[in-house]
Amino acid sequence: MNYHWNWGIFFEQVKNGDETYLDWLITGFGWTIAVSLTAWIIALTLGSVIGTLRTTPRGWVVALGNAWVEFFRNIPLLVQMLLWFFVVPELLPKDLSMWVKQDMPAKEFITASVCLGLFTSARIAEQVRAGIQSLPRGQLYAGMAMGFTLPQTYRYVLLPMAFRIIVPPLTSEFMSVFKNSSVAFAISVLELTFQSRQMQEDSEQGIETYVAVTILYFVCAFIANRVMGQIEQRTRVPGYVTGKH
Amino acid sequence: MIEMSNVSKHYGQFQVLTDCSTTVSKGEVIVVCGPSGSGKSTLIKCVNGLEPFQSGKITVDGVSVGAPETDLPKLRARVGMVFQNFELFPHMSITENLTIGQIKVLKRSAEEATEIGLKLLDRVGLKAQAGKFPGQLSGGQQQRVAIARALSMNPICMLFDEPTSALDPEMVNEVLDVMVELAHEGMTMMCVTHEMGFARKVADRVIFMDQGRIVEDATKADFFGTPRSERAQQFLSKILSH
Amino acid sequence: MFSTLDLSVIAPSLPFLWTGLQYSLKLTLVAMTGGIILGTFLALCRLSSSRVLAGAATAYVDLMRSIPLVMVILWFFLLIPLMTGNPVGAETSAMLTFTAFEAAYYSEIMRAGIQSVSRGQVAAGDALGLTYRQTMSYIVLPQAFRNMIPVLLTQTIILFQDTSLVYIIGAKDLLKAAEIAGKNYNRPIEMYIFVALCYFVLCISLSLVVKQLQKRVAIVR
Repeated sequence: MNYHWNWGIFFEQVKNGDETYLDWLITGFGWTIAVSLTAWIIALTLGSVIGTLRTTPRGWVVALGNAWVEFFRNIPLLVQMLLWFFVVPELLPKDLSMWVKQDMPAKEFITASVCLGLFTSARIAEQVRAGIQSLPRGQLYAGMAMGFTLPQTYRYVLLPMAFRIIVPPLTSEFMSVFKNSSVAFAISVLELTFQSRQMQEDSEQGIETYVAVTILYFVCAFIANRVMGQIEQRTRVPGYVTGKH
Repeated sequence: MIEMSNVSKHYGQFQVLTDCSTTVSKGEVIVVCGPSGSGKSTLIKCVNGLEPFQSGKITVDGVSVGAPETDLPKLRARVGMVFQNFELFPHMSITENLTIGQIKVLKRSAEEATEIGLKLLDRVGLKAQAGKFPGQLSGGQQQRVAIARALSMNPICMLFDEPTSALDPEMVNEVLDVMVELAHEGMTMMCVTHEMGFARKVADRVIFMDQGRIVEDATKADFFGTPRSERAQQFLSKILSH
Repeated sequence: MFSTLDLSVIAPSLPFLWTGLQYSLKLTLVAMTGGIILGTFLALCRLSSSRVLAGAATAYVDLMRSIPLVMVILWFFLLIPLMTGNPVGAETSAMLTFTAFEAAYYSEIMRAGIQSVSRGQVAAGDALGLTYRQTMSYIVLPQAFRNMIPVLLTQTIILFQDTSLVYIIGAKDLLKAAEIAGKNYNRPIEMYIFVALCYFVLCISLSLVVKQLQKRVAIVR
């Protein structure tokens, strides 16, 4: 393999500017985290609501929830990203459309976060639905028999258990959000993948660049995993064995 | 207290209940028995509206269960129910299980609710377990907590849906003892159970169901003396033979 | 709003889009076939008694599963020419990348499938005097594969959607074709909507097939 190694490249200056390549990567890391966390908050909120609604006895609400999930699950994330960035502003009323296209601050960041958030919300909704439906029907009866209204039964009885049960799949979703945020390169968010391509082209030190970026993605996945692990520990119910009833 | 007239229910084509009528007066203890799939669990769940029914009428303390204007949560809060699988809330401590309904539904203060809850826990002999979680108790203990939880709401009557059939044999009696005590205190009770010893001891009447119909509705003496229907005779002989 | 959409540009670009879709489908099929074969091999390694083999397979699977696919595509596109000394096109590079990447995901599915076959089956194979290799290939793997067909297909739907990511190295798949057509006619919006619709229809049809299969598998068991 004929390759000119240069591990010092990170501290060298970029071709047109006074930043170093390390600065680029740090910026990229920051945007990756910003997009991922914003998207995660959107996804968790919406996904919980939609997943819950899909278990209620109202037929049309369930159908609406199912449509939501199918829509976001059956179009590639990259295509969704392009739709949100190029197509959605065109479909808005004229004034709003102009504002979004020209004046909206942090347009790329907001678009990417919303897109990734909605995409992930569909997957979380699926987990939440499965979690609630895995609970024995008697729990719903017990809540209702106690005089709780349906919302109270969800609030005090079903959701606290359902969320504990789905912590493991949520952990992998949380890790996926960081991985999927890489698709935001397509609409020029200055996240890690975008920065790595830019650095690779600018410095022509592809391997060093990708090694650094790959490690940073690892760090994200690792931290996400540990955070969820902590949550799982803290919320563990004494004496409760999953699947036993 | 509970009046049921011509209650019928079906899931699609499948008829679960057909023309069920009976009454439970204040202070009465009714035992409902019958082979599995005879509709007895469904019948008892209709009483507090956990299962909807298509025709007929059920009133509890004068309130019509099936009527659309009925505030079902309010009605259910006054009717205690105990389930086959206990259905304690696994993520709450025993004390929380006993107080959550009092606080959120009856709007009692936390202190008052805890005091009432612990008193009832003591009554079922489990005061020492107050800080534990359901998963840390035996089945019999969990079911006694479930009874205490239902009592904490000061119910006007109690429904039992096969309270002992998920229990290991050696734990059945500790639960039945609590139920017998309740019966002696004059609680109105409707119990789906196969425990004929319990029925003999405290039941006022026994209802026998088969294929969604009430086949027999007799006083305890009549039921155990000379059951009229052949099905009930067969059932009794099977159940009492061991 | 919608009134400004000009859908008349779609019909003339269909032949061009079709070549893009053909590549997407080809990439999906190649990666699926290669991925399942390689994935099964990885799964067998992970379940083997050799600690070295199991460790290496686990490391490979974990590595692939913790990096974004986009980065894997970039890595392969960079490394293949460096290692072979010859530049390969984006299209070929993508085929290799997706096979290697999807193998990690398919291997997890096959591993679960193999573990779903009861131990008694292996014992029965041993009792018949079959070798490990024979027990695996005639008894365990066919059952594991059949049990896992719905899950494998679901993964293939995800794979098909993921093929759109070859966009980053410029391979001409369905999405890229739509983008080019959009530029040629100066109608990118219509093309993006149309391509989203194509993906949606294809994926949802396939997922309906999977649902049917799931019902059948459930009955057979």
